[in-house]
Amino acid sequence: MKKTILTIDDSRTMRDMLRLALEDAGFNIVQAVDGVDGIDALNRCTPNVIVTDINMPRMDGFGVIKAVRSDSRWRGVPILVLTTESDDAKKQMARQAGATGWIVKPFDPTKLVAAIHRVSP
Amino acid sequence: MDAMAAIKKTFFEECEEQLAEMEAGLLAMNEGSAENELVNGVFRAVHSIKGGAGAFKLGALVSFAHKFETVLDLIRSARLSATPDTMRIMLRALDIVSDLVRLSRAEAPIDDALWRPVGAELEALIEQKPQQQIQPEITVVPEAPAEVVDLGFDFAPTPISIDDGAVASPPDPQQTYEIEFRPSKELYASANEPVVLLREVAKLGETSVRCNCDALPPLDSLDPDSSYLSWTIRLVTAADIEAVREVFEFVDGACELSVALIEHAPAQVMPAVAVPVADPSPSLTVVPDITRQLHEARADSAPVLASESVAAADIQKDGGMASGQPATATIRVDLDRVDRLINLVGELVINQAMLTQRVLAEGLAKSSSTMIGLDELEQLTREIQESVMAIRAQPIKSLFQRMSRVMREVCAATGKDVRLRLDGEMTELDKTVIERLADPLTHMIRNAVDHGVESRETRIAAGKSPDGSVRLSAAHRSGRVQIEISDDGAGIDRKRVLAKAISKGLVLQGVELSDGEIDNLLFLPGFSTSESVSAISGRGVGMDVVRRSIQALGGRISISSRSGQGSSFVLSLPLTLAVLDGMVVRVADQTLVVPLTAIIETLRPASATVHALGGSASVIKVRDRFVPLIDVGAELGFRARRQLADEADGVAILVESETSTTHALLVDTIEDQRQVVIKSVETNYGKIRGIAAATILGDGRVALIVDVEDVVGISRSDTGQQINELRTGAGIR
Repeated sequence: MKKTILTIDDSRTMRDMLRLALEDAGFNIVQAVDGVDGIDALNRCTPNVIVTDINMPRMDGFGVIKAVRSDSRWRGVPILVLTTESDDAKKQMARQAGATGWIVKPFDPTKLVAAIHRVSP
Repeated sequence: MDAMAAIKKTFFEECEEQLAEMEAGLLAMNEGSAENELVNGVFRAVHSIKGGAGAFKLGALVSFAHKFETVLDLIRSARLSATPDTMRIMLRALDIVSDLVRLSRAEAPIDDALWRPVGAELEALIEQKPQQQIQPEITVVPEAPAEVVDLGFDFAPTPISIDDGAVASPPDPQQTYEIEFRPSKELYASANEPVVLLREVAKLGETSVRCNCDALPPLDSLDPDSSYLSWTIRLVTAADIEAVREVFEFVDGACELSVALIEHAPAQVMPAVAVPVADPSPSLTVVPDITRQLHEARADSAPVLASESVAAADIQKDGGMASGQPATATIRVDLDRVDRLINLVGELVINQAMLTQRVLAEGLAKSSSTMIGLDELEQLTREIQESVMAIRAQPIKSLFQRMSRVMREVCAATGKDVRLRLDGEMTELDKTVIERLADPLTHMIRNAVDHGVESRETRIAAGKSPDGSVRLSAAHRSGRVQIEISDDGAGIDRKRVLAKAISKGLVLQGVELSDGEIDNLLFLPGFSTSESVSAISGRGVGMDVVRRSIQALGGRISISSRSGQGSSFVLSLPLTLAVLDGMVVRVADQTLVVPLTAIIETLRPASATVHALGGSASVIKVRDRFVPLIDVGAELGFRARRQLADEADGVAILVESETSTTHALLVDTIEDQRQVVIKSVETNYGKIRGIAAATILGDGRVALIVDVEDVVGISRSDTGQQINELRTGAGIR
């Protein structure tokens, strides 16, 4: 069965790129435009992996991680954060918040898929 | 268009939106608003542009956006204050981003000199308040060795396979690594999964894995959220140590990990020989006991399994559809489609009018049900037309924001400090009109700063505030849009304007002109008040070009000025280019439409007021002034020029042309005044002198729409020097 990935990003460009890369790799995609929308989407469909941006209006990526990790329904869902920072500080902040892994933008589609395989059984 | 090209297009479209947001945010910050969400919004916009730019390898944009973003980050975390100087740099940075986006979109080469200077200024801001690195503490909780309770029985090791059946056969194994992997409980808390990681390692080569469960406490003291297990993996692989470490990238810091090269076998040695411990199949041998299995099931596997099954159920429910897309309030439609719709509605309006006329011709009573139905149809048609026109309407905001940029550039070039105040940004106007207003407005803003607002010293001497101000406003006024550009400068120096006009031969020496007439001289072709042509406003176009472009949009421009207090230009524009208010007239059995915007008044000429000027030219006396009289029928070639005596029979329509001169158009009768749908003649037939477009009237007749400028132009080239002299002297309002 196809795995479902929830992508949360306020940028249409990034959503399109994620969709392209992930659908090519055979995943189901559910898209959300910001954190609030993402949590809303979770209520309708629990994905295998969540891929979320950090900087977003209404609720940012850290907010998403916190909401997911504090809800028993989703706390085991791996979360990959999209970050443009390749420096360690941002990654560590994301992990401290409870992110499973990260993807540095601009991402290489094969690395994105590899990262998803690395967090999702 | 391939998928990436389509995404790139989306990216640039999105950039425009983000630039607008940045501009709005920065301007609000510039006005002193320190609202956090404002800075956040600007930061996000820059960040998004940077993210997308990275994907399309737009290097200059990425590195510039990165600096910009860093400064914004400092401001939003209150480590840098948004002083006026900082804001100035940021507004310039915004312009640079906008330039970089534009150049990237056009795939034009980018000169580093374009962004380096402002980039350096941003860097200076960053260094001024060095960013404190947030180094999060990474805690690795060492497992406390739990007391082992002897349960009194042993478990036999049961091999379980963790390979998911999709493992490629390993490449030439060359080295053997021993990997010690001890997850901390944070690893589990972040939904990482040892089994997945072990599988990933197994993909690199042949593995044998041993689970160390020495730390495992008895069931009653087991904390399901804690971590007790560790693994020793022996991996035979051709991959290098980095590839092995990369598998554990996400859990680095959330586990104890050691990767050691224990054996370096020559390439020709067969794997079986090189790996004494290896199981022939890439499977994993684990030595579990019940407690361990319980632990695993409870602590990590269970939530994942649960989520998977929930996901499956949900997807079935949704019929496998991606359902996270929220309903949006807007849709993007190709402009062509909208224009086709507008065109069709135009046809509908005409058809409806024709139908009404035909039914009336049948002699049906107004109160008949057919006529009532037609009335309703007419109302509905009008509503549809208005709604469709509204689709093309856009707020003028985007244009106004571009003017902020123009203002900054002019200020930088002239060294003047001028504030731009914007009002009525949400006023809606036809998209094409907005686009075509950019040049005239730019010119007028430049003029306002360059010629209008005085230098700082002069202002202080005049007792004004040292900083000038220019106001740009838009508002709906009786079915049209009025745009006003006013400055608080010195106003028009009428003496100088008049002297200039006389020296250029635009006005005859000794002519008495009112203040308003002198102000209007600015619109004459070839007029420029600036002593030396400056780089700012003297770009080879004058106010005459501005006026012509406004008139081409069916608009009018007027000027008013008060000495010492400033000048103001008012543009009045139609809401749309698709319909026009016109006067339907008849000339030599032809039906013509004269645009209402050009008409000043209509009058019936008495033969005593019409004077021949020799040749074919004649003038008409209107309230003590002579106005050239143009026989439209003759000019357009419908008939021979009429004899003077007949002219008293027709109607003279006074029109104002681009040079603010007045002409009288002679027509036979006035039929009606109505809104007409504009149909291009050029696309279907070709350009006709004196004709702007055509329309279809309610009775199905085609009527040509007169191009007033053109008709006046034909007449001007036909008639002799006398007329020209006369016009320059007396024709100015």
